[in-house]
Amino acid sequence: MSTLLEANHIVKQYASHKALDDVTVHFPEGCVFGLLGPNGAGKTTLIRIMTQITAPDSGTLIFQGKPLERDHIYQIGYLPEERGLYKKMKVGEQAMYLARLKGLSQADAKTKLHYWFKKFEITQWWDKKIEELSKGMAQKVQFITTILHEPKFLILDEPFSGFDPINAELIKGEILELKKKGTTIVLSTHNMSSVEEICDNIALINKSKKLLDGKVTDVRKTYSTNTFEIDYRGTTEQLERALGGSFDLQANGPKGDYLSARISIGKDAQLNTLLQQLIPHVDLNGATEIIPTMNDIFIKVVGANNAGVGSGLTE
Amino acid sequence: MGKIGLIITREYLSRVKKKSFIIMTFLGPILMAGLIFGAVALGLQENDDHEVLVVDKTPGGVFKGKFKNLEGLKFHYSTKDMSNQEFDKSPYSLMLYLNDQTVEMDAGELFYKDAPGFSTQGKIEHQIEGVLEDYKLELHKISKEEYNAISTEFNLVTKDINKSEDDSYKHKVAIVGFGFAIVIYLFIFIYGVQVMRGVMEEKTSRIVEVLISSVKPFELMMGKIIGIALVGLTQFLLWVILTAILSTAGPALFLKDKYAVQEIAQQQATPEVKKELAAKMKAGAEPDVMAEFNSLKERINFPLMIGMFLFYFLGGFLVYASLFAAIGAAVDSETDSQQFMMPITIPLIFGFIVAEMSLMNPGGAAVTWFSIIPLTSPVVMMVRVAQGFDPGSIWQLFVSMALLIVFFVFCVWLAGKIYRTGILMYGKKITYKELWKWLRYNG
Repeated sequence: MSTLLEANHIVKQYASHKALDDVTVHFPEGCVFGLLGPNGAGKTTLIRIMTQITAPDSGTLIFQGKPLERDHIYQIGYLPEERGLYKKMKVGEQAMYLARLKGLSQADAKTKLHYWFKKFEITQWWDKKIEELSKGMAQKVQFITTILHEPKFLILDEPFSGFDPINAELIKGEILELKKKGTTIVLSTHNMSSVEEICDNIALINKSKKLLDGKVTDVRKTYSTNTFEIDYRGTTEQLERALGGSFDLQANGPKGDYLSARISIGKDAQLNTLLQQLIPHVDLNGATEIIPTMNDIFIKVVGANNAGVGSGLTE
Repeated sequence: MGKIGLIITREYLSRVKKKSFIIMTFLGPILMAGLIFGAVALGLQENDDHEVLVVDKTPGGVFKGKFKNLEGLKFHYSTKDMSNQEFDKSPYSLMLYLNDQTVEMDAGELFYKDAPGFSTQGKIEHQIEGVLEDYKLELHKISKEEYNAISTEFNLVTKDINKSEDDSYKHKVAIVGFGFAIVIYLFIFIYGVQVMRGVMEEKTSRIVEVLISSVKPFELMMGKIIGIALVGLTQFLLWVILTAILSTAGPALFLKDKYAVQEIAQQQATPEVKKELAAKMKAGAEPDVMAEFNSLKERINFPLMIGMFLFYFLGGFLVYASLFAAIGAAVDSETDSQQFMMPITIPLIFGFIVAEMSLMNPGGAAVTWFSIIPLTSPVVMMVRVAQGFDPGSIWQLFVSMALLIVFFVFCVWLAGKIYRTGILMYGKKITYKELWKWLRYNG
C-alpha cells in the first residue's frame, strides 16, 4: 500500500502554545485512517494544515510524492467538526456553489448533485432553505457537498455526530464504499467503537505530539496483555487446582450453563501451556483472547502520557 | 469563471434577489420624490380664500384702502379693536393688527384662526412694505422716481484672477458636489456594514471553514467586498434612473394645477421670459429653482463628476469595506463589533463634517488637506470636484487619487491578515493587542 499523504515533522506554534510539535503521520492510500486524540490535542490544527487552511511553521507535506500545493485542494475534501451552511440560501444553490468552488463545472456539478440527492432521498429539499431543515438534514447536505468532487483524500471530522442511528449507518456505508473506490478517508473522532469498526489505521495525538500510530490490529495486539477468557464446566476449586498459582486468575463466574474465567498468562507464556495445564482438571468449552478495545488503549495511553507530563514538568 | 468570480456572483445575486433590496430600490426614489413633491404641493396649494380684516391703528390711517385685493385674498378695513372672541365669530379668517407704532417699528401682527401659508404671509408682508415705502417717501418729500434712482441693489461678482469666468457660482456647485458626497458617505456606511455582517454570518455559521478549504481567505474577502460594491452601484444606478423618470413624470402627476404649469414654464423659459418671471418673483412668486438648476448643469463638468464619483465611491468603499471585513472576522457577535467600529466610523463622519464645512469655506486649508487624506478624501473631494480645479491645484486631485489607491492596497493587505486569522478564531475576547499579533502571523 503506497502512501497518499505524508506529513513530516510538522510544527505549528501559536502565540501562547505549541499546537503541533514535530508530528509525523503517513496516510496510506485507500484506507480509513483514524486520527485520535483528546480535545485540544492538535488534531484540528493538523487537519487545517493538510487542507491548506493554515501553513505549518516547519515540516513538509508530500501529496502523491510531490510537495503539497494549492491545486491539490481539488483532490481533498473536508467536513469540519463545526458544520455550517448559509442559512438563508437554498439547498440546491448552495450545493452548486460549494461544488463549483471545488472546481466542478456547472453541468458536472448538477449531474453529480442530482445523483447524490436521489441516492440520499433528499431531492425534494432542493429549493428549501437550510434554515428550514433539521440539523440532521443539513448534515446530509453537507456530507454530499464534501464528497461531491470525488476527492482522493477525504477528511471527516466527527462525521457521525448529529446523525440518528439509521443515517449514521448510511454514512458509514458511504465511507466504506468510498474506501473501496480507493479514497483515503481520515476520520477524526472520539467514537472509539466506530474506529474499531471501520478504521484500518490510526494515529493518536496528545498534547501536540504523536503518541502512537499503525494498523488498528497491530496496535491492539501491541497493547494486548495476554489475557484469555476460558469457558469451562467444573468447579472453581478444580480450576484453581489446575492453575496451581502459576497463572493469574483475574475473574471467575457463571456464564450461562458454564463458568467463565479471565486468566492472564503473562507476557511470555503461551495459550497452549495454559490449556495443557487445564485439560486434565476441567471440561473446556472455549478459549478467547481478550484484546483491549481502542477505548481502553486510548484511556491507557493518553492517561499515562498526561500523568508523565504532569509529574515531569512544572507547567 | 475563476473562483473569485463565483464568490462575487453569489454575493451579488444573493443580495440583489432579496426582497429588501428590491423594495428599497423602488421605494427609495418613490419616497424621496413623494416627500419632495408632497412638500412642494402642500406649500403651493393654498387654495383657501382669505378675508383679511385690517385693523389700522396708525395715526391718520396710513393703510386705509391701500391693500390690493388679490385672488383668494380680500382686504377689509377697520379702526376698532376686536377681541379674540369677536374675531372668532366674525367672517374674517385673518386679522392684520397694525398698532400706532407700526410706521416707526416696521412691525405688525397677523392673527389667524387657521394658520395661513408662507406665500399668503409673503404677499401680505410685501404689500405692507409697499404701502410703508410710499408713505415714507411722501413723508420725506421724495418722489418715486428719485427713490428708484437712489434705491440700490448691489451685486458682488467674485472673480478668480486665474480664470476668465466669474466664480460666484462656486458656492452653488459646491452644493451639488455635497449631494454626491452624501451619496458616497451613505453608501460606504450602509454597504460597509453589510460587508461586516456578511463576514460575521460566514464566521458564526461556520461555513467559512468549508469555504477556505476551497478558496484562499483573501479571495473570499475580496469576492465579498467586490460583490457588495456592485450591489451598491446597482442600487445607485437604479435610483438615478427611477428618480429621473419620477422627476419628469412627477410634476404632471402631483401638481396638476396652475403652479405646475408655472413651474414647467419656468424650466423651459427663454431669457426674456426668465426676466419677466424674475420680476414676478419679486412680486411675491416662488423662487426660480429650476432655472437655477439648469444654469448649474452648465457649470459642472458632469462626465468628470461622475467619473470621479465612481472612482471615489469604489476607492473609499474598498478602504472602508476591507476594514469592516476585518472587524467582522475578528469578533464573534455584533455587540462585540461596536468597540472596533468606532475608530472606523469617526474618520468617515469627520469627512462628512469637513465636506459640509467646505460649503461655507471652499478654499479652506482643512478642506484641502482632508480632500487629500485617504480616509476622508472620498467624501470631501466630491465637493471640490464639483467646484472644478484650476491648473495650480489640479495636482491635489491626482495626489488624492494616488494616495487613495496606495491606502486601499494597504488596507486590503492589513484586513486580509486580520481576516485570515480572525475567521477561525472563536470564543476569544479580541483586543487591539491581539489584532497586532495576528498581523505578524505568517500563513
